[in-house]
Amino acid sequence: MLIKTKSNILSSEITDRAVFESRREFIKAATIFSAGIMLPSSGHAETGKYADVPIGPYSAKLPVTGREDVTSYTNYYEFSSNKKDSTVLARALKTTPWSVEVAGEVEKPGVYNLEDILKDNPVQERTYRFRCVEAWSMVVPWIGFPLGEMLKRFKPTSKAKFVEFTTLNNPEIMVGQRSGVLDWPYVEGLRMDEAMHPLTMMVTGMYGDELPNQNGAPLRLIVPWKYGFKSIKAIVKIRFIENMPETAWHKSAPGEYGFYANVNPEVSHPRWSQSRERVLGSSIFTPKRDTEKFNGYGAEVAALYSDMDLKKYF
Amino acid sequence: MLPGKKGWATIKITVFFLSLMPFGLLVKGVINDELGANPIETLHFGFGDWALRFLCIGLALTPIKTITGQSWPIRFRRMMGLFAFFYASLHLLVFIVLDLSLSWEAFKDEVPKSPYILMGLLTFLLLVPLAATSTKKMQKRLGRNWLKLQRLVYVAGLTALVHFFWLVKSDYTEPLIYATVISILLGIRIAVYCRRTAKLFSL
Repeated sequence: MLIKTKSNILSSEITDRAVFESRREFIKAATIFSAGIMLPSSGHAETGKYADVPIGPYSAKLPVTGREDVTSYTNYYEFSSNKKDSTVLARALKTTPWSVEVAGEVEKPGVYNLEDILKDNPVQERTYRFRCVEAWSMVVPWIGFPLGEMLKRFKPTSKAKFVEFTTLNNPEIMVGQRSGVLDWPYVEGLRMDEAMHPLTMMVTGMYGDELPNQNGAPLRLIVPWKYGFKSIKAIVKIRFIENMPETAWHKSAPGEYGFYANVNPEVSHPRWSQSRERVLGSSIFTPKRDTEKFNGYGAEVAALYSDMDLKKYF
Repeated sequence: MLPGKKGWATIKITVFFLSLMPFGLLVKGVINDELGANPIETLHFGFGDWALRFLCIGLALTPIKTITGQSWPIRFRRMMGLFAFFYASLHLLVFIVLDLSLSWEAFKDEVPKSPYILMGLLTFLLLVPLAATSTKKMQKRLGRNWLKLQRLVYVAGLTALVHFFWLVKSDYTEPLIYATVISILLGIRIAVYCRRTAKLFSL
């Protein structure tokens, strides 16, 4: 197999490293001081569980967003619609033991322990840009494995046209689920070819360590060419189905959030432009960057949608 | 016992500096890099929240006077209104200077695509004549029309609410709180108006 590295991002679009890092200098220094560990320039910890994970294909050579920013600014409505509150509330979630139910059009349905899934799927690190539908982005060194590799092991039948993912439903811990902000549990889905695409990842860690609760521990999806809400967190169920699943945000506002949700600067959200994005961690005087179609992964995924009107199937 | 002339001056100065505190804290946050992963958003939302809060405080003063029969709340009406305008201006300034980086290109692209931004701009435009005619001199010059003009603040309160409702993704808790407060404050005025009219006709 040809191993490709992403390089089609212009250097002019990358935040100047000096600018990028100056804001975090103080925090970084404080972290080194308090934790007594050295941080490499990309800002990730080398002492974590996944410190020696190999770099996988498609990993972007981009300046990584500070871990502090990525772990304190999370959209996790199961806990709170406030990005800061959700990071704190998510601490209450217990992620071991964890199992995933596999169901639907598949030869090997069942309940799988996460540990067993991880035994079968060796992890790698991949740095991807993550673009939220709210017009901000960050660059994260995810740790996980290709979703397709895992799905193949369950032997989906020919009837399986879509994959549906479900988040844990536990209003006792996930206090945001007590409100009707979304129709719980959170459900997301992919077309089979999207799910099998080598860019699509199942993620269990980031920054050389385990996934923090607020970032979707213990198991989340990452689909780098789609808006962040597709990348469902704390997955407990994977179902192979024949018809397109009804997904959480689409259900809440069908005119605003489509099933495909491919990053596309040409198709604006009904209430705001998607042409630009605020890069987290950059200085307050840094202009927003121009959003790329398919979040910069057009060469890899545009062919999946070649016969589709992306304005209609947003 | 109510404070004397000097007492009121002291109270007014205290209220003035208290009202500047949110500004001070947010600026301190920028300088010390304490505004989180998205400092522009924190600053932008912070100023917007305070504009709305001062608008609510300003709108509350007349009903407080009506209910308590005390006239002192009116002494603060201009200051609260001007602080609402001050924070609304900062809110807009952060949007233009930091969020759009003064780019006309970005403004042309992003503003027309956003009904809530347009509603925000309308709200600001409604506040401009109110702030501009807030001086005693202007009040005298406009005579009876001054009060009519200043009633635009009711419209601004409503457009500010619409601005907030339209930008929210799915959780309407916060704008609902402001909507409740503003409804009560405008509702009291309507009730008072109805009672006066009723009295007028029964005479």
